[in-house]
Amino acid sequence: MNSVDEEFISQCLRKYYYEYFGIIDIPSKLNRHEFGYQKPNSPMIRHIQLQDAAELRSTLMQELPLDVFLSSARYLFPSLPMAEKEWQDADLIFDIDAKDLNLECRPSHTVQICATCGKVNNKGCACDSPQIKDVSVTCDRCINASKKEVKKLLDILYDDIGIKESQTEVYFSGNDGFHIHVHDLKFLNLNSLERSELVDYVMCNGILPERLGMKREGATSLPQLTDAGWPGRFARHMFGSKTARPKEIKKITADGYARFTDTLKRLSHTLGACIDSGVTTDVHRIFRMPGTINGKSGMTKMACPDIAKFNPYKDAVLINDNKVTVNALCPIPFKLMNKKFGPYNNKDVDIPSYAAMYLMCKGLAHRV
Amino acid sequence: MIKLGEAELAKYPFLADAGQHLPEYGFTLEQLAQDPDLAVVREKAFNRIYTTTQTGKIYKPSPKGSTALPLEVLSFILAIVLLKQSRANFLIKKFAMQEARGAERFLERDLGQGTTDIQIETTRKIIWDLAHIEISKRDRYFVIAVPDYLHRAVLFHAREWKLINRQVKDGWVYLNPHETVRLIRQELVNYISDKISSAATPPVVSGLQDMVDKLILLNSKFQPQIAYSDKNPPCVQHAIDTLSDGKNLSHAGRFMLATYLLSRGYNVKEIAPYFKNAPDYNESITLYQLNHLAGKSGNNTQYACQSCAKLKSANLCYATSECEGIHNPMQFGVKR
Repeated sequence: MNSVDEEFISQCLRKYYYEYFGIIDIPSKLNRHEFGYQKPNSPMIRHIQLQDAAELRSTLMQELPLDVFLSSARYLFPSLPMAEKEWQDADLIFDIDAKDLNLECRPSHTVQICATCGKVNNKGCACDSPQIKDVSVTCDRCINASKKEVKKLLDILYDDIGIKESQTEVYFSGNDGFHIHVHDLKFLNLNSLERSELVDYVMCNGILPERLGMKREGATSLPQLTDAGWPGRFARHMFGSKTARPKEIKKITADGYARFTDTLKRLSHTLGACIDSGVTTDVHRIFRMPGTINGKSGMTKMACPDIAKFNPYKDAVLINDNKVTVNALCPIPFKLMNKKFGPYNNKDVDIPSYAAMYLMCKGLAHRV
Repeated sequence: MIKLGEAELAKYPFLADAGQHLPEYGFTLEQLAQDPDLAVVREKAFNRIYTTTQTGKIYKPSPKGSTALPLEVLSFILAIVLLKQSRANFLIKKFAMQEARGAERFLERDLGQGTTDIQIETTRKIIWDLAHIEISKRDRYFVIAVPDYLHRAVLFHAREWKLINRQVKDGWVYLNPHETVRLIRQELVNYISDKISSAATPPVVSGLQDMVDKLILLNSKFQPQIAYSDKNPPCVQHAIDTLSDGKNLSHAGRFMLATYLLSRGYNVKEIAPYFKNAPDYNESITLYQLNHLAGKSGNNTQYACQSCAKLKSANLCYATSECEGIHNPMQFGVKR
C-alpha cells in the first residue's frame, strides 16, 4: 500500500473510531486480555495490556490501526511473552469462512494478485513470483451459505451441547464469514485438546456406524427421526419421512456395513458445521475485536443478533460516502450499500469512500 | 469428605484417613508389624501388593464378617507402609492402578445395582469426593455435563469415547454405570497414588524388613527396555513426500514436520532442506521459523510435536496399522 493510500485510509479510520467507538464490544476484564494491532505495511504489534476503554480509545486514535485484535484468552500477565502470560481461561470461538465452503461461485468472484508487484490476474506481471494471493469480492451466495453453516452450528450448540442463546454472540467477521463467540463459563477453561473434541462434534468428524445402530453383522436399531443429536439428524436426512424409513432401512441393510460407512463419511460433511478447526482449538489466538474495522475489506466486524435479516454489505459498511477518485483494477463487479460497482479495468473512477476503502484494502485500487 | 460405614470402607479403603484409623482401632504400627495375632493383616497386606502387581489380577476383599478385624482397611494401610519403605515406584504405580480397578468394580456395581436412593446417593458422593464430578440419574443412564466429560474423555483413545460417539442432549452426556466409572479411572488412580505419595514414610519397624526386601526385588524387575525404529510415522512421511513433490504443505503440516524432526534431535540446518521444494520457499524465513520452533529465538520455548488427536483434527493423520496404540508421532516405532 503506497503512502497516499495509507493517508486516505488513516483519515477514514480516524473518522470511524471517532464516530463509532461506542459500538466496539469491550470485555469487562479488558486488562486481562492481550491486545494487538497492525498498521498498513507494518508488522503486527501484540502483547499489549490495556487498562480500560479510555486507553483503548487513545490507542486507536493515535495509532489508527487497520486491524485490531484482542485475545480470546484472559491472562494474569497479558503483556509478558506467551510462555509467561499465565493463561486463565478463554472464550470459545468458532469461525465460519466462506472460502472454506468450496462453493462453485468462488472462482467467479475471485481475482489473483501477484504478491510482489500487485498486478491483477497476471496482467502485465513479469515477476514470475510463486506467491499469488487470492482476493475475493462480495457475493450473496457465499454469505447465504455461511449463514446456513452458522444456523447448523448454533442448532448443535444449543440442542446438544446445552449452550444458552443468551451466552452466544454472532458477529459478521467484516469480510467473508462469521465468528461465533461463546461466553458460557462452563466452557471457558477447556484446553486445546478438549476444544478439538468439540470441533469434531460440531463438524461430525469421526462418527462410528455403531453410533447409528449399524453393526458389522447388520443393521439392528437405526435411529428414529425424533431422536436427539446426531442420530436424529442422520435419520431426518437419510429417511426424510417416517413412512420412508422402513424402505430405506431395508436398503441400508442390504448394502452392508462398508457401504454405510462410506455414506456416513459423505453425509458427515453435509450435516456437520463447516468451521475452521484451528481457530477454535487455538487458546492463545488474538481475534479481530468486535466493532473494529477489518483491514481486508474496510467493513466492520459487527454483531448480528438477527442473522437471517443481516445484510453485511450494507449493515457492516460504516465508512462514510464522501466521493473520492481512485484508479481501480477490479475485473469483477461487486455490491456495497445496495449499489453495484465495477467492473473496473484500470480506470480512474469517482466512488464513495467506503467503496474506495474496500478496493484499497483488497489491493484493487489506488488513490489518484 | 463423607463419613463411610465399615462396609463401604472395606470396598474403598483408600477413603479412610489412615492417620486416624490405626489409633481408632487401638493399634500401633509396631503392633501391626510384630503382633502374632495380626499376622493375618501382614500376610494380606503383602499379598495385596503381590497379587495386584505380579499377576495383574484385581484384588478381591474377603467376604464380609469373616473376622472381627477391619482387615481390608488395615491391610491397605499396611500395604502403603510397605510400599513407602521399599520406595518401589513401579510397584506403587501398579498397585494404585490395580486398587483403582478393584474400586471401579464396586462403584459400577453400586451405581448399577443400587436399589435404594441412599445407596446411589452414597456412590454419587464417593464419586464427587474422588473426582469432583457431579453425576445424576436419568432413566437408566447417568448423565454428566459436557465439559466434565471432555476433561476426562480426551485422555482416552478409543473412538467410542469421542463426544461424537456418545448420546449428547441439552448439555449432558449419557453413560451407563460401567462408562461412568471408567471415565474417572485416572482420577481414582491419582487419588490412590496421591494418598501413597502424601503418606509419611514411617521408620523401619522390625518384622516388616523381610517383606520390604522382597518388594525391592520385585520392583527391580520392572525396568523397561526401549528400542527405536528408523522409520518415520505415516503423517510425517506424507508431509515429507508432499514437499519433495513440490506440492504445498499447510502451515499445520509444516509445524508438525519441523517439531517432529526437532524432537528427533535434528538441528535447524538439517531440517531446512526438507522445505526447499515448497512453492513459497524462502530460505531466511524458513530458518527464522525453524529457529523459533527450536526455541533459539522469541521466548526460547522449544515446541513439542503435537499429539495424534490434534493431527487428526487438522486432517494431517494418515494412520496405518503400525500406528496402533500410539498417541503421539514420537511414539511411532518405539518398542518396549
